[in-house]
Amino acid sequence: MEERKDDNISAMGTVAIGEAGKTGDWRSLRPVIDRKKCIPTVKNKPACFLCWLYCPEGVVKAGIEVEIDLEYCKGCGICAEECPPRAISMIREDKSHE
Amino acid sequence: MSNVQIITGNQAAALAAKLCSVEVVAAYPITPQSQLSEILSSYVESGELKAEYVRVEGEHSALTVCISASTVGARVFTATSANGLLYMHEQLHWAAGSRLPIVMCCVNRGVGAPWTIFNDQQDSLAQRDTGWIQLYCRNNQEIIDTVIQAYRIAESVYCPVMVCYDGFVLSHTMMPVDIPDAAGVRAFLPPYQPHTILSPDDPRNLNPVLFPGQRRDSEGVLRDGYMDMRYKLQAALEKASETIRAVNAAFAEAFGRDHGGMLWEYRTDDADLILAGMGSIASEATVAADRLREEGIKAGVVGIRSYRPFPKADVRNAFRNAKGIAIFEKSISYGYEGGLCSDLKAAFYGTAIKAPIHNYIAGLGGRDVKARELAAAAKNSLAGFEKGMVEPQTTWLNTTTG
Amino acid sequence: MPENLFKLNAKEYILPGTRACQGCGLSLGYRYALKALRENTIVTLPACCLCVLHGIYPSTPVMIPCLNNSFASTAASAAGIVAGLQALNKTDTTVMAVAGDGGTFDMGIQALSGAAERGTDFIYLCYDNEGYMNTGTQRSSATPMGAVTTTTPILTKQQHKKDFIKIMDAHDLPYLATVSPSYPIDLYEKFVKAKKIKGTRYIHMYVPCPPGWGFATKDTIKTGKLAVETGVVVLFEIENGKFRFTGRSKTLAERGNRLPVINYLEKQGRFRKMNIEQLNQQQAWVDGKWQEYIRRAEA
Repeated sequence: MEERKDDNISAMGTVAIGEAGKTGDWRSLRPVIDRKKCIPTVKNKPACFLCWLYCPEGVVKAGIEVEIDLEYCKGCGICAEECPPRAISMIREDKSHE
Repeated sequence: MSNVQIITGNQAAALAAKLCSVEVVAAYPITPQSQLSEILSSYVESGELKAEYVRVEGEHSALTVCISASTVGARVFTATSANGLLYMHEQLHWAAGSRLPIVMCCVNRGVGAPWTIFNDQQDSLAQRDTGWIQLYCRNNQEIIDTVIQAYRIAESVYCPVMVCYDGFVLSHTMMPVDIPDAAGVRAFLPPYQPHTILSPDDPRNLNPVLFPGQRRDSEGVLRDGYMDMRYKLQAALEKASETIRAVNAAFAEAFGRDHGGMLWEYRTDDADLILAGMGSIASEATVAADRLREEGIKAGVVGIRSYRPFPKADVRNAFRNAKGIAIFEKSISYGYEGGLCSDLKAAFYGTAIKAPIHNYIAGLGGRDVKARELAAAAKNSLAGFEKGMVEPQTTWLNTTTG
Repeated sequence: MPENLFKLNAKEYILPGTRACQGCGLSLGYRYALKALRENTIVTLPACCLCVLHGIYPSTPVMIPCLNNSFASTAASAAGIVAGLQALNKTDTTVMAVAGDGGTFDMGIQALSGAAERGTDFIYLCYDNEGYMNTGTQRSSATPMGAVTTTTPILTKQQHKKDFIKIMDAHDLPYLATVSPSYPIDLYEKFVKAKKIKGTRYIHMYVPCPPGWGFATKDTIKTGKLAVETGVVVLFEIENGKFRFTGRSKTLAERGNRLPVINYLEKQGRFRKMNIEQLNQQQAWVDGKWQEYIRRAEA
């Protein structure tokens, strides 16, 4: 297939996910949620969501089952630190596969 | 039907901006440009010109406003002189790198320190490598016509254009000028079509960081690295020569005035001695050439109109029969010689043009330089050439040296 | 949980995988600023941490159009966008200039003061991480006294932080506010308010910077909160000259229970060389500023 030429005459970036790559690779600690403690799961309704509120990367999905996008989560640990019931633990990434 | 008015160079430039229906003006007053800022203010305040006039707090901001307004799709105008232009230097690069068709008048003035408010061309010559097209005017008619042409050139090749004219010598001197009619200008200059519009309808990140190497976008297209993008600017400037010639020809067709495309020539057909320069000093040299011809010396003049892009092919043609060349410049590349002299020598390299060249630095900081002095200098050069002088030292005219 | 959390615009305008550091206070604050301003917004910014967040060509994670410009030019760049949009009759777009403390307190002050004096219709957001962080934690005029930076490596910064908000206040703006990403809802509401106001609106965002300030990435929120608890950072807004404490600072002003500044300073590596005299000066400086605000609120 023929390579499409860059016909931009000035630099104009377009919107894309993962501009800096899969930033999950940056992580040395991984957030792990204990569903038994997580407030929305326990109450079975939208509640708390401070992990979503404080995530600088916007990688927390606020739902009854809170989810964290580990492909992009940089592992800063803010969610674990700010979680009122301490439902999130930061676990060392297993680097043995590398 | 002609509409001839007796006006200053600054009035001519302001009228041109109005005729081109500029939409945003941002300028900071500086001698000898000030009158131009003032006239444009009154056009906008009176409603004669429907434009936003941003009365900025400095020249760096003046050009920045033009850059950003041009990016959202407005036709913009600014003007400055001397240290004001130097203060813009960073943004000159930014404007060219963004490929914005900004038109700016540089009312040429010497730069400090020490201060001078008077004319030379050190200010614009010092901006040679910023990626701007530089056009030099020899009289007030050329100022009004060149500004109009500049928009068409800029908006064709997406490069900014600096229209340079000499402070006081042209900016404050009244001359008869045939004012092009508004309908004619509208027909000559189509509306500005930006190459990219900064708009929420299509969110893009303009002028971000580029890597040295190329990089693929999310659709897999290999996009430019910094150097590829820079090459596009160089290619555009090179291509602009053709556009400058074509726009001049189209203007001549529409308005009946031909100012030369990349350069103009005066009595060069049979000239042995060619005087060269840019702007009003080249105009002055035509009077000198006439005097020399009265004395039996076949003299002619080449006026460089476009300094960047440099008219390499045009000068090779214009100087092909020259037996001696005297170049008069109102600027100096310190530690070497006049920039135009260096460029002409480089253009002649490898051609049959082997004529000896004498470089004169003249008129810095408004130092008076008369046609008879140019004639005497050129005559002196010719005498030297005839005695076998091949590579004379650069001469500072009317200056105490050594 | 904060009751009004569900009132926030649920849409994200920054896609994941940005180039910003882990635990970046700016990423968080900017996330809420864009949520508040929504789609019809144009941003302009200089070379700074946010320029890095906005990404390297040809991709950007930010779904808001952005014009990069040079360091000294941020507010003038916004003025150009505003003038261009006005000339083309596209006046419903919010224009926001964003720069760090270096691009605001230092090199950008001329363009900002000029644009504010002209009443340019835009929001200027200064994100203050108290140093030249993008270039590697050098001192700025926003760096607090006693901080180690890479250009005050041995003796620490000897001068107090420039009171830049006072300078902006002197421009008699229709709206001026301070915000912290540790209080996202207060931040969000101030941007929502600013969006509706015409003229120059100045928002000062204190952004804790884990690598620059020397604290763990998990402590960004706590550090920002301690800044407010100790009165180092004061949350307020000034609307047409009327000063009002907001959020946690309002509570502190009412109850008078600020913590001593040492509680904030001792947790950051940048203050490791601070001596007792500097600590006392810092406390006195914070107390003095706090009293000014109290008087302002009472006036």
